[in-house]
Amino acid sequence: MKKILGFLSFLPCVIMITVSACAGSSDKEILFDTTQNGRATNGDNAGLTLPDGFTATVVAEKLGRVRHIVVNSNGDIYAKLSKLVDGKGILKLKGGMGSNISSFGNYPGTGIAIKNGFLYASSNSEVFRYTLNAQNEVIDADQPETIVKDLTDRGQHNSKSIALDDAGNIYVNIGAPSNSCQVQDRAVGSKGQDPCPILGYAGGIWQFKADKLNQTINDGVRYATGIRNTVGLDWNSTVNELYVMQHGRDDLHRMFDQYYTVKDNAELPAEEFLLAKKGSDFGWPYCYYDGKQQKKLLNPEYGGDGKIEGRCKNIEKPIMAFPAHLAPNALLFYTGNQFPEKYRNGAFIAFHGSWNRAPEPQAGYFVAFVPMKDGKPSGEWEIFADGFAGGEEKKASGRVDYRPCGLAQGPDGSLYISDDSKGNIWKINYSTK
Amino acid sequence: MPVNVVMAAGLFILLSMGPDQSKPPKDVMERGKAIYEKECLGCHQPDGLGVDQLNPPLVNTKWVLGPKTQLIKIVLNGLTDPIEIDGDTFNNPMPAHEHLTDQQISDVLTYVRNSFGNKAVAVTPGEVKKVRATLAKGK
Repeated sequence: MKKILGFLSFLPCVIMITVSACAGSSDKEILFDTTQNGRATNGDNAGLTLPDGFTATVVAEKLGRVRHIVVNSNGDIYAKLSKLVDGKGILKLKGGMGSNISSFGNYPGTGIAIKNGFLYASSNSEVFRYTLNAQNEVIDADQPETIVKDLTDRGQHNSKSIALDDAGNIYVNIGAPSNSCQVQDRAVGSKGQDPCPILGYAGGIWQFKADKLNQTINDGVRYATGIRNTVGLDWNSTVNELYVMQHGRDDLHRMFDQYYTVKDNAELPAEEFLLAKKGSDFGWPYCYYDGKQQKKLLNPEYGGDGKIEGRCKNIEKPIMAFPAHLAPNALLFYTGNQFPEKYRNGAFIAFHGSWNRAPEPQAGYFVAFVPMKDGKPSGEWEIFADGFAGGEEKKASGRVDYRPCGLAQGPDGSLYISDDSKGNIWKINYSTK
Repeated sequence: MPVNVVMAAGLFILLSMGPDQSKPPKDVMERGKAIYEKECLGCHQPDGLGVDQLNPPLVNTKWVLGPKTQLIKIVLNGLTDPIEIDGDTFNNPMPAHEHLTDQQISDVLTYVRNSFGNKAVAVTPGEVKKVRATLAKGK
C-alpha cells in the first residue's frame, strides 16, 4: 500500500513535466515569429527598439562569434571572429551583403580596422596588416604583414582591440590577465601586489607604428596605463584624442562581504568612459570608480573598504560613468551625415551585457549614445538601440538572444552593430520620411 | 487510469530504484547551496550554466561529474589556463578556494553534482582532506 501511495505521489510530477515541456516549446515558437528567418520584417526593426526615424535591418545572421566589424568605403563589411569558422577568422561581406560572404585569416581575435588602404586585424597576441588594392580587394589574404607580435595572452582579458590615429600610429589594448592584481587571482584573502608587476606588460594601451613590421611590446610606447581591460576604443579625429571604455573589476562581494553587499557588488564599480592621453594613469589595480560617490576609491585588496580614497584621490576620473558590469565592448565616434545633427561626433557604445551582477538581475545588452562637443560629453547618455536580449526575463537571467559587441559606420553614414553570441549584423538607417 | 500515465509513473519508480539515485541528505544540500551562492554563483550563475566564453558550465560535464579527485583539486587550487568544452573556450580563471574547510568543499561539490540536472555520488570531507594533503606535499 505504501508503495502505491509513493507511486501516486509521482503523478503530479509527471504531469507537470509534460506541461512545462509544452510551454517551453511554444516559447520558442513565439520567439521565432519575431523575425522571418532572421530578416527584418517591415516595421518591426528586426526586433530592436530605436529612436523615432531610425530603422534596423538584419544584414546577416548566424555568422559565428562576430566581435568587431569595419565597413570599407565601397560598402564591404569585414567581421573579426573570436572562434574560427571553417578554419577562418575574418569574414568579408561583399557590398555589405549577407548573401556574398568569403573568409580568410587563420586566427581568432577581436580587432579589425581600415586605414589608408590597409586592413588591420588582431589575434589575441598579434596585429596583422593586409594591403587593399585599387579595387578595394585584399591582396595576399594568406600572407598578411605582422605589425605587432608576442603580446600577452593568458585567456583572461585577451582581446587586442585596435584603433588608428591620423599620424601613422596604431593603439592596441593589452588587457590585464587579472581581476585586481592579487598574488592569487580572485582568491579570497589573497593580497594585491604592490607595485603590480602586470602594469609593465599589460593593463593599458600601447602605441605602435602602423607601418613598422614585427614590433614587440618593447618597440611600443605605454600610452595609457592603469586600465584593467578595454575592448571598445576609438580615435576621435575632431579633437585628435584616444578614448577607451574600461571594464571595471568583479567580485567585490564574494571576496569582501564585510564591506560590500550582494547589491553593492551588482552596482560597483562603474564602467568608465576614459579620455586616454599620453601618460594617463587611471589607477587599476589600486583604484576603482564609484559612480554614486563620484570618487576613485581604494580597492579592498589594497586596504580599501568602500569609503577610503587614499592614493586614489588624485587619480584621473572618467569623462562619464556607466552602470557596473555592463561590459562596453565597442566605441564609435559618429562622423556621418545621415543621422540628425545631435549624433554628429557623438559616441555610440555597444554594451555586451553583464554577468557579475548575479544573483541580482543582469543588465546591459544595448547600444548607448553619448552626445559630445569638443571631445567632452555634452549631455546625459541614453539607450539608442535595445531589444537584443529578447525580453526582460532573458535580460535578467543573462540568457539572452544577442550580445552587442561591435560597431561600424558605413560610407552612407549608416550604423552597423554586430553580435558575438549568434553572429548577427544589423544596419541602422535614419530617414525623415 | 490511462495506460500512458501508468507507464510514465512506472518508469519513474524504475528510475528511482536505480543505483546512485538516492539524493544526498537535505542538510548537506542546504549547506552546499549556501556555499554555492556565496562562492560560485557570481561566475557559474544561478542555473549552473556559466557565462558564454568566460565561465564554464557545471552541467553535464566531465569536469564536474568525472573523477572526484580532479574536481576537488580544481576547487582547492583553481585553474589558470583557459579550458575548452565542446569546442568553446572559457577564458576566466577559476580562483583557488583553499579558505574553505573540507566540510564546506564536500558540501558544495555534493550540491553541484546533484543540482541543475546533475546526478553523481556525493563527495565526503575525508576525500577533500586527502586531496588537500597531497597538494600540500607537492608544494
